[in-house]
Amino acid sequence: MAKSPSIFNKLDWPLVITYLVLMFIGLITVYAAGFNPEHPKIYDISQTYGKQLVWIAACLLLGFIIINMSSKVFSVFAYAYYVLILLLLILVLFIAKEVGGAKAWIDLGFFRLQPSEFAKFTTCLALAYYISELETNLAYTKKLLIALAIIVVPFALILAQHDMGSALVFLSFAFLLNRFGMSDYIIFTGFFVIIISILSLLLSPIYLILSMIVLVIIIAFFNRKSKDLNKYIIAGITITSFVAIYSISIDLVMDKLDKHQKDRIYVLVGKGGNDWNVRQSKIALGAGQFSGKGFLKGTQSKMNFLPAKETDFIFCTIGEEWGFLGCSLVIGLYIFLMLRILHLSEKHSSKFSKVYGYAIVCVFMMHFIINIGMTLGLVPVIGIPLPALSYGGSSLLSFSVMIFAFIRMDSERWIYTG
Amino acid sequence: MQDIFPQRIKMIQGVIIFFSFLFLINLFYIQIIDNKYKLKAKDNAIKELIDYPSRGLIYDRNNKLIVHNTNQFEIMVTYAEVDALLDTNLLCRDLNLTKEYFIETMKKAKKTSQYRPYVFLKYVDDSNYQRFQEHTFKYKGFFGQTRFVRQYPYANGALLFGDVGEIDSSQIKEHADQYVYLSGDCIGKNGIEVYYEYLLRGQRGIRTVVVDALNRVKGSYAEGANDNDPVAGTNLQASIDIELQRFGEELLTNKKGSIVAIEPSTGEILALCNGPTYDPNLLTGGSRNKFYPKLLLNKHKPLYNRAIQGLYPPGSTFKAPSALVSLQMGAINPNFAYYCPGYYPIGKKSLKCSHRHAPCRNIEEGLTQSCNPYFCQVFREAIEIPNSKDFQNDYDRWYKNICRFGFRRKLGIDLKNEKRGNVPDTGYYNRMYRNQWRATTVISLGIGQGEILATPLQMANSYCVIANKGYYISPHVIKGIEVKGKFEPNKDKKIKVLVPIDKIYFDRVTDGLEMVVEKGTARSSKINGIALCGKTGTAQNPHGEDHSIFVGFAPKVNPKIVIACIVENGGGGGGLAAPIVSLMVERYIKDSLPPASQNRFNSIKSRHLINFQLDE
Repeated sequence: MAKSPSIFNKLDWPLVITYLVLMFIGLITVYAAGFNPEHPKIYDISQTYGKQLVWIAACLLLGFIIINMSSKVFSVFAYAYYVLILLLLILVLFIAKEVGGAKAWIDLGFFRLQPSEFAKFTTCLALAYYISELETNLAYTKKLLIALAIIVVPFALILAQHDMGSALVFLSFAFLLNRFGMSDYIIFTGFFVIIISILSLLLSPIYLILSMIVLVIIIAFFNRKSKDLNKYIIAGITITSFVAIYSISIDLVMDKLDKHQKDRIYVLVGKGGNDWNVRQSKIALGAGQFSGKGFLKGTQSKMNFLPAKETDFIFCTIGEEWGFLGCSLVIGLYIFLMLRILHLSEKHSSKFSKVYGYAIVCVFMMHFIINIGMTLGLVPVIGIPLPALSYGGSSLLSFSVMIFAFIRMDSERWIYTG
Repeated sequence: MQDIFPQRIKMIQGVIIFFSFLFLINLFYIQIIDNKYKLKAKDNAIKELIDYPSRGLIYDRNNKLIVHNTNQFEIMVTYAEVDALLDTNLLCRDLNLTKEYFIETMKKAKKTSQYRPYVFLKYVDDSNYQRFQEHTFKYKGFFGQTRFVRQYPYANGALLFGDVGEIDSSQIKEHADQYVYLSGDCIGKNGIEVYYEYLLRGQRGIRTVVVDALNRVKGSYAEGANDNDPVAGTNLQASIDIELQRFGEELLTNKKGSIVAIEPSTGEILALCNGPTYDPNLLTGGSRNKFYPKLLLNKHKPLYNRAIQGLYPPGSTFKAPSALVSLQMGAINPNFAYYCPGYYPIGKKSLKCSHRHAPCRNIEEGLTQSCNPYFCQVFREAIEIPNSKDFQNDYDRWYKNICRFGFRRKLGIDLKNEKRGNVPDTGYYNRMYRNQWRATTVISLGIGQGEILATPLQMANSYCVIANKGYYISPHVIKGIEVKGKFEPNKDKKIKVLVPIDKIYFDRVTDGLEMVVEKGTARSSKINGIALCGKTGTAQNPHGEDHSIFVGFAPKVNPKIVIACIVENGGGGGGLAAPIVSLMVERYIKDSLPPASQNRFNSIKSRHLINFQLDE
């Protein structure tokens, strides 16, 4: 292979530019959301936007270093990083101070380190390494269980920190496991449970059970000639009885949740609760209309009505100041980013990089769905940042490392094919 | 890795595209189609107003209203909306303000939040508020709102009810998980107000209104579709008898001390008096800022809830529980006799008896005479078992039994900051005496002196066990919580705790306690027609005169009330505490006082041990 003069010729520029644009949009939105007329300069580091600028600079520097290193740094030491972060997660349980109900931060004085953010990255690496080294694939139960263990350990530790948002992200790896061999039925069962949960909260159990019974009868009717008719009926009855038990005992399941979590779910299904945040968020979005009020002209999102206007609810400021156009652009950029990574992963011949690409798409996707979903009132309010946009050092660093590591891996794909 | 499912990329692509379209459709609906969220072109045309809920009311056990609310007005300002051409002179005149106040407050408003309403002026009186309302169209950015302020018609029970004050930023964060408080909100700060804050506060309402360019409210926005009505706080029924509470506080006039009265069969607290006390109305509304520091700095500590926080040696009142434990442990029998030589020998030293008296032939006579050597021996029999090798184990058994009476634990009263007191355990003495201690080292425990400390609430509670002959119900001050217009029992607080001691022992000790009042140390406190049983106590106090203590219950059969009273520096138990308890009992059971008792009441009320004044 001929030695190329610069690594920059081999980068996937559409991906790089998309990510940089998202970070830039993030910066100006943090500026608009936290705008303090007494400190109007964007580089004033006493303000959130000044700090965000510093973090972006740090991410760019780190990205530059990563794309100049061999991706072996990630693949060879994948397990080591994974174990290191697990140790940090355990440490957090003992030394972290509680902030907003979650014990997730280690205070380093100048910076509050949130190991759960980096756990996402190291879990991606560990999964990529494990799956790429397999001789078969995850259709085999034993292999699947080990892969699940890699996910469940950090998931459980983060849950123990009461950081529900970060923990949920780990569920998204189900799509990764599915792509590399786990049965489709598991994914469908997951969807089924979510749908049944929502329906159980919305409807009285009687209607749910009756409609399940009707459904089973209809399926049985259309398959009445099939020799597997008995199996269909038995499966139908089993599932119906599970649904019945689950929907009747949904209140018990809800009681396991914290009061504020319960509240947020009840808000979502329109059963009362304190819907202050969601209402404010929708008013801010609605105020933007088609083309928005313009940069720094927003008032709703600035009024401190929203508790996390620069982090979790940053999308509201985009909606208010840039309107439907701005929102569509941001959503479009995310779609492009995720689909581009999937596309590049599929083209890649290194198995490690391919699995890794899928893994980070899972993480981005979950953040994207939960964050924008909650601002729109479609998902319960769960504190989780919007990748590359939300204010916050740990999350920005972690997403940047994930992306730049992938960009580096992608730049090496010619080494393997050529 | 065998990669045999390449087509499954569609699953994840599908999810991404599905949600993206779901979001875009939703955004299209919220931002472009639906009018509900569309704001008018002018930013200030829509305004969110907060409707404050009225705080829950509190009734006493006889359904007398003891805590309620009144209206007060305040003026809010939204800095960013204030007109540069505002007529500040007119505003200052309308509201009776100085120019300096205006400038100072506007600076603070700007600093706090430019876009959110800031409390410009609190506690505006009616006439000022009316003038302001007349000119309100000239004051763009300013608006008035109503706020509820607590009122206490009886002016009693200050520490019991507690007070309500403005929330500070640390409390906002602390409660963030349960309820979104805003700065300027009021929150319970003490007593019932803070313990039952979650029930009393209610839920604030929000009204979105349309205002015109002159800041006048034109009507509700979107026909009130987004508005939430305020939900009033839950009403509570206290177990307090407010008349008895007032009576007790009057008895404690210019004395430091406390009275705790409990209905033994239910654990309901009938009165929880502290001296010195103050009018709770001093800590409401605008006067709170003025009086709170004064109360805090007063040398007699009126903000200190002695009934649940004051720790005193129970003195001789401890002899009854101590005797019961020794009886049940089999260390003595009810006819245990001991000849009092006037002192109790402890090695080379000795512990004196308070007075000369005939020998005590049984437990009743021991209690009647309150004989110190007798009870030292009763205690010693329980912890110093002949031929026992393990003294510490024997002490530990006694310790566990005595703690069953509710000593050395928080009784779980529904008030904050209850103290647990102390009964020393073996570890405590091992540290203190480096493992070198025996029965005679700790003998003063037997007469309620030494390291033992209890709150007046614990003292009353330990006599509830005797009154009930074997159990107590955890004491509580809130009896009912309103659900759908009716008071439902406050079940969470009604916990029954059994004290396994035979009824025969309770009977004998009760007989002894009756004799104390009949012909013993409290004979001057007899009540005509009511059998009062109780025990005097004198707690030695290194800083001055002894504390006067009396704990008792009445009537002897089916007791209706248990009372503990402690008067700091009040001398012997028979002197002040016993007459106070006897008057309380008479007042409660007979519902009024005969003339002779009225005289005693007046003379006790006018005994001034301290001089408590707020404007010192």
